[in-house]
Amino acid sequence: MSWSTTSMPPDIEAIAEQVFSALADPSRRAILAALAAEGPATATDLADRLPITRQAIAKHLALLAEAGLVTAEPGERRRVRYRLRSAPMRVAQQFLAALARDWDSSLDALKEHLENSA
Amino acid sequence: MGFPDRIERTVEIAHPPAKVWAAITTADGLGAWFGNEATIDLRPGGAAQLKWTGGPTVDIRVERVEEPTVFAFTWPIYGLADEDPRRTYVEFTLEPAGAGTRLRVVESGFAQLSEEAYKKAYDGNSEGWLKELGELVDYLDAA
Repeated sequence: MSWSTTSMPPDIEAIAEQVFSALADPSRRAILAALAAEGPATATDLADRLPITRQAIAKHLALLAEAGLVTAEPGERRRVRYRLRSAPMRVAQQFLAALARDWDSSLDALKEHLENSA
Repeated sequence: MGFPDRIERTVEIAHPPAKVWAAITTADGLGAWFGNEATIDLRPGGAAQLKWTGGPTVDIRVERVEEPTVFAFTWPIYGLADEDPRRTYVEFTLEPAGAGTRLRVVESGFAQLSEEAYKKAYDGNSEGWLKELGELVDYLDAA
């Protein structure tokens, strides 16, 4: 059994790394989850919904925006709204897809199937 | 961070290639060990479908049929959006090993990101629902 890897272009690697770094922090996970579940929101909306201070939310949103995981857009009453960007998540998902393709279980099932039908 | 593009496995199976071939290329075989239900039009370019009870249905395109040594197909990258054009290539190679078979499976293309797909994904303000990550984990467990 072997597992070989190839390197992605640096920009793709950087994108995947940013997604996983973002997801490693529970506050940022909560912010991204809230945007995914309920759509674009302002920092104030998020502070109302999450057990995180408004200052901390603003700091995390700035970091997420810089990483391209959320985009800032004009909202009502000249407030900035943040929207989840799905594109970087897709890059990370490809990585997860390779890890989740469980050929070990499938091939075990194939062997078992052939034993049973012998 | 290494990004895995290719997965390779080799297993020894105590049954002759003809029998393994039937298990991986017929609806009865595929529906027994891989999915819960399967259809297949066994010719290059033919369509196949795998269904998992209470799970996904996956559309497959048969690419190579060289009985009883090579069977290959392409299928969607699990977890990507339905409209995503990227697919991985899966190739089974069968080789006699004593009275049994050495079966090799290579799935490649996880790291592919065509220029076009890349532009499409990053230029547009692409919306769209992605499959839940949790589903990824359950993928082949039902088999």
